[in-house]
Amino acid sequence: MADGKVAVALTVNGERREALVEPRLLLSDFIRHVLRLTGTHVGCEHGVCGACTVLVDGAACRSCLLFAVQANGAEIVTVEGLAGPDGALAPLQQAFRDCHALQCGYCTPGFLISAHAFLRDTPDAAERSDAEIRSALSGNLCRCTGYQAIVKAVRQAAPAYREAGLEERR
Amino acid sequence: MTHVGSPLPRLEDARLLAGRGRFTDDVHPDGLLEAHVLRSPHGHARIARIDAAAARALPGVVAVFTFDDLVGVERQMPMILPDRRILHPKTQLLLAAEVVRYVGEPVAFVVAETRYLAEDAAELIEVAYEPLPAASALADAASPGGRPVHADVPDNVAGADEIGFGDAAAALAASPRRLRRRFDLARGHAQPLEPRATVARFDADTDLLTVWDTTQGPIPARAALAAMLGLGIDQVRVIAGDIGGGFGPKMVLYPEEVLVAHAAMRLGRPVKWVEDRMESFVATASEREQIHEVEVGFDEEGRLLGLVDHFWYETGAYIPYGLNTPFVTTMHLLGLYRVPALAVSFQAVFTNRMFVCPYRGAGRPYSAFVIERIMDLIARELGLEPAEVRRRNLIPPEAMPYRYPLTYWDGGPVEFDSGDYPGMLEEALARVGYREIRAAQAAARGEGRYVGVAAAAYCEITGIGPYEGTRVRVQPGGRITVATGVGSQGQGHHTTLAQIVADELGVAPERIEVTVGDTAQFDWGIGSFASRGAVTAGNAARIAARKVARQAREWASEMLEVDAGDLELAEGSVRLKGVPEVGVPLEEIARRADPARGRIGRDPETFRPGLEADGFFNPAQGTMGAGFHACAVEVDPSTGTVAILKYVVVHDCGTVINPLIVEGQVVGGAALGIGGAFYERVAYDEEAQLLTSTYMDYLIPTASEVPAIDVVHFESRSPHNPLGVKGVGEAGTLPVAPALVGAIEDALAPFGATFMTMPLAGPDAVRAAIRAACAARGEEGCRASGPV
Ligand code: FES
Ligand code: FES
Repeated sequence: MADGKVAVALTVNGERREALVEPRLLLSDFIRHVLRLTGTHVGCEHGVCGACTVLVDGAACRSCLLFAVQANGAEIVTVEGLAGPDGALAPLQQAFRDCHALQCGYCTPGFLISAHAFLRDTPDAAERSDAEIRSALSGNLCRCTGYQAIVKAVRQAAPAYREAGLEERR
Repeated sequence: MTHVGSPLPRLEDARLLAGRGRFTDDVHPDGLLEAHVLRSPHGHARIARIDAAAARALPGVVAVFTFDDLVGVERQMPMILPDRRILHPKTQLLLAAEVVRYVGEPVAFVVAETRYLAEDAAELIEVAYEPLPAASALADAASPGGRPVHADVPDNVAGADEIGFGDAAAALAASPRRLRRRFDLARGHAQPLEPRATVARFDADTDLLTVWDTTQGPIPARAALAAMLGLGIDQVRVIAGDIGGGFGPKMVLYPEEVLVAHAAMRLGRPVKWVEDRMESFVATASEREQIHEVEVGFDEEGRLLGLVDHFWYETGAYIPYGLNTPFVTTMHLLGLYRVPALAVSFQAVFTNRMFVCPYRGAGRPYSAFVIERIMDLIARELGLEPAEVRRRNLIPPEAMPYRYPLTYWDGGPVEFDSGDYPGMLEEALARVGYREIRAAQAAARGEGRYVGVAAAAYCEITGIGPYEGTRVRVQPGGRITVATGVGSQGQGHHTTLAQIVADELGVAPERIEVTVGDTAQFDWGIGSFASRGAVTAGNAARIAARKVARQAREWASEMLEVDAGDLELAEGSVRLKGVPEVGVPLEEIARRADPARGRIGRDPETFRPGLEADGFFNPAQGTMGAGFHACAVEVDPSTGTVAILKYVVVHDCGTVINPLIVEGQVVGGAALGIGGAFYERVAYDEEAQLLTSTYMDYLIPTASEVPAIDVVHFESRSPHNPLGVKGVGEAGTLPVAPALVGAIEDALAPFGATFMTMPLAGPDAVRAAIRAACAARGEEGCRASGPV
């Protein structure tokens, strides 16, 4: 501890990152301002809008409700980590584009991470009702789209996740 | 291949999806300082003393500005829309000096190495306030003996106007039937998901100020910043990059934008300020409220004969955005209906609350609520179907273009230019299943299920002037760039403008790079508001692209030694019609049009080098977007919960440039409208303290509250612009509340519950309305469905 600062070491999108941070630094500010990964957005800083959602050890979490020091040792995935290594859009991202599931794009990174976690954990998502998909997305606010196109995009991306899941089990 | 009309996925999406957007808070110049605003905790108070010594002494704090510390900058915020009808053009100071007039008014501006430190420092500033009586509710502020917000305006009346035609009083007196109602429409907040933010950097070597800003109007923002900071407009560059939603409030100029730029100049280091969510509730403009007292006259068939309305409009503590919103309300008050006489007057009233600005719909959700509720009330009075009363009053297609003797704020007429309103109504009724629901309603009630259906109309004058412009350029290396001053907050201008230009230049839209909202790229124009981007910038892009196409043909005709009239633009080349192998690529023409040596031999009066042109569109008048929303709901009278079973929007926005984008605008607008109709209410207490300052108190609908929305396009070209488009940005929002309320009332017809307020504010309000109706008639109707 130097200067009241604390060392954190974590993996972000597969890369190991280390820094000295104030204990009060929010994980969202750490990701955005220290790591300069600005794809993760901040809409409310009180845990309602979901714009700051990232994967922490595989679970979709609101990074504005965590301190960076709490993520010490964790594996984090942000929106920047979703695309393929060649930068090609992942099927979920492509589905968002095909379905016009984003307008201003401010909520989009949060939705992508939440939807990614949902689809990964729900192999039969394509057969689920609209109400179930909507409920899975109801922790994220969007002020532009009215959600309809987002629901459609999540449905469209579902088969790609099922195939990837089968592949993994094989 | 024509690209206008095709559902092209958006060109701007890839970077936004990959997390590579460029929002204002993503900008991080070297040496950046961060700011925090200390705000008034009082609705109305005198400032006795400010002591910032402790804050200034905190390590890491670079500066603390109070009113007295502001030098070299104009300290009074400007009137954005001055107007002769404003009696008291009050604007706020950059930082409050002697009096604060709303909770959230900026009092001090702290700049530090980090935002965390700036917030720490703000807590150390001591401000001694002497609280004054606050005018909170509109009704109180407007009543005689109300508490004055400004000492020199004892009656709180900021401005007033009267508009109309025909002799409305006589028409009412002569009407066989009359009806009088009061409507209370509450304050709502646009709440774009991205908070406001400004970053400024001043380069002392070049005397250039760069401002990254979440503004819907970068060009007017530049003009205002330059004027207040004593700079020329050529010394200020405003960049409105990716903006996370606008909906109106980001059109306004706020003190923070000026404070950030001023601090960057004074301190010689870049400065950033980002609003937090709570600040957005207290210090970003919201809209409403309005109280209407309306009287209408009608005949036994339900035809309107005259309408008289007086309303009070709350402007908040200041009135920088003028009387735009109430004026727009008056102009749309008659909806899509023919009415022989109108008299409407309003007063704008100061209160001790954040000032207001237009928010998606800009006054029209209120006019739609009033006129559509009146249609339902007439139907009930006469025992007619609400849809039938609308049918009887609608402006028929054969009356087009139909004008009211009114002058809109662009100076043009209020004209219904084209469309088939009765046809749209029938389509909306058919899609929602109006007749089927009616037929099944009685049986459902027998089973204790309360289902209702309704339709409501909207109209909006869109695409008004004065003008917008666009620059189109084919670069020698082959890049095709389009720049416009109209910023984008998600409306898809990068794609729609590319589609328009692609058609004129015969290239794929993917080849075209559109820049919006950077005054260094293009600096003529006003901004994106009032559903005007596609109409004004879209037509300007078409004009500019046509000029470039003409230049390309002229050069190519020299190069190929053929007549320009025999040439066409296709597949990236200018080529001989019918002989596609004889042609020359656009980039080669661009190089030829900017030679390094040699003789050009053109008329000096008209010659310009390169393949480049500016286009400007200045519409003579706006164009009328119109449509209907229809919905079916089921209400549980015992809990007051409302389930939306079906929601249909039938709309006419003229030529559809991109159906994906248009549908997105409509559906998104409807979701906003559902929030406004049901959940969203900005609430202040009696001392003008804001009670709704988080997303836990101000409820924005999630995916679970917004139903599937069925959108039907009725395309009737507008005769008032070459593309034939009508604006669509606000269409989805306007009649949501009256459509839903109409359906809820219809469902609850056995109870006789009525709703004259917006928003409904949830199940409690539904139950309260049922109880009120039952109490008025004795308990009979209530008992039928159990306790309520
Ligand atoms: S910013 Fe974290 S939930 Fe809104
Ligand atoms: S796209 Fe703008 S908030 Fe969702």
